[in-house]
Amino acid sequence: MTPVAFLGQFGDAVDIILHKRESVAGGIQVGGSEWLTLIGEHLRISAVALAIACAIAIPLGLWLGHIGRGEFLASSFANIGRAVPTYALIAFFVAYIGIGFRNVALALTLLAIPPIFTNAYVGMRQVDRDTVDAGRGMGLTGWGIVRGIELPMALPILFGGIRISAVNVVATATLGPIAGVDDLGKPIINANVYGSSGRLAAAMIVALLAIGVELAFAGLQRAVTPKGLKLDDSAAGRRRRRLARPAPLPQTIAQRGGSTE
Amino acid sequence: MRPLVLAVVQLHDRTRNTCVNQNGFCPKWISDHIGDYLSPLWRHVELVVLSVAIGFALAFGLALLARRWQWLGAPISAVSGVLYTIPSLAAFFLLLPLTGFGLVTAVIVLVSYTLLILFRNITVGLQNVPGEVLDAARGMGLTSRELLWRVELPLAMPEIIAGLRIATTTTVGLAALAFFAGAGGLGEKINADITFKSNVVVAGLLCVLLAAVLDLMLVGLQRLAMPWRRAARA
Repeated sequence: MTPVAFLGQFGDAVDIILHKRESVAGGIQVGGSEWLTLIGEHLRISAVALAIACAIAIPLGLWLGHIGRGEFLASSFANIGRAVPTYALIAFFVAYIGIGFRNVALALTLLAIPPIFTNAYVGMRQVDRDTVDAGRGMGLTGWGIVRGIELPMALPILFGGIRISAVNVVATATLGPIAGVDDLGKPIINANVYGSSGRLAAAMIVALLAIGVELAFAGLQRAVTPKGLKLDDSAAGRRRRRLARPAPLPQTIAQRGGSTE
Repeated sequence: MRPLVLAVVQLHDRTRNTCVNQNGFCPKWISDHIGDYLSPLWRHVELVVLSVAIGFALAFGLALLARRWQWLGAPISAVSGVLYTIPSLAAFFLLLPLTGFGLVTAVIVLVSYTLLILFRNITVGLQNVPGEVLDAARGMGLTSRELLWRVELPLAMPEIIAGLRIATTTTVGLAALAFFAGAGGLGEKINADITFKSNVVVAGLLCVLLAAVLDLMLVGLQRLAMPWRRAARA
């Protein structure tokens, strides 16, 4: 394909984002302001799924991390979460429970739980035991240790998990139309209505949306990191860290490994 | 791309078997039709192995570059991070005008997903080699190249294999979407009749099974690649 034709496809995709046009089969108008509705539905179902996943996974992960039980649960959760293809999960829901907003939201919730749970757990477990002992020495007890020491130190990792799940959910929500939810995946799944330009346009918007969510949650993660935990990123700081102890284990990457659709 | 009703009729004769008729979970149908899943499964394996292998070669080269020129690490991480964030479904269709339907498009997307995981794990593995070990090796007169192949890489092996394991299981899941790019795989089988429970369960379980088998093979590889670990434990 020549570069001009290639650019032409993208140009046409931008055109369908900006202006309404008749669908391929004719009869209905697609594109233009319809994108706002699709984006709205996409964000709505993603937010619902993420909120439910947070409500379930955060308390459980923090609690198990605090009492130091459930190592096995945390690690197998992470592994199983990775191994089940999200497309198979959605298909499973369609076949067994049926279609609709609630079912897709439930499938996305299941997808979002493992990274949040695992990171909440690991976040609590990685808190230096000496720091906790120091807190005890200062007279803090159970809840005080959680609130004053463990939680603040676990927050960056916890939010890392929420960030992974948020991007995963936004990405996977694109499969929604398979189960009857008309979100940004609609022009992708129903390309015979929207045409290849509409499909390309949807792909562009979904990609930008995912990157936007990633950046927003990265900012949020930075915002909740306690000042004392922020890594000194100057050259001197890096040198100090390298001398002080071996670099931290690739935990972040081990927990980043959720599949992104 | 909803399954056509016509295709459903072809897939199973609805007049005879009531279980199939009700889109149920039918062991009999599964044992009769399991053979139909072998060629999509094989295609799935091809997609995963090809993508992870190419991704590993690329990530390994990039990690060596970043080892030689440290300032390269941050931009490589940033670019692979963006590639990782773009949803694969979107990536397939973004590439379509350029590379067309088929295996190439799917493999490009799947490779781009493995890069971040593999690059970071290889880099972190190399960085985690203790400074004293490097000093000792240099003191024994090892050149920079010998240092890499005989000291740093063997010591970085646990992180490298961990990265390969994550990349492989993730790719098995993502390859289930490769049919959107016209590359087949088990996802195409799921898509052929998404309301038929037997079909969805068999194809989905084969995905999970494939991920588990490949993961076990990598664990085996790790044991083979690091015989000194076994010796230490014994």
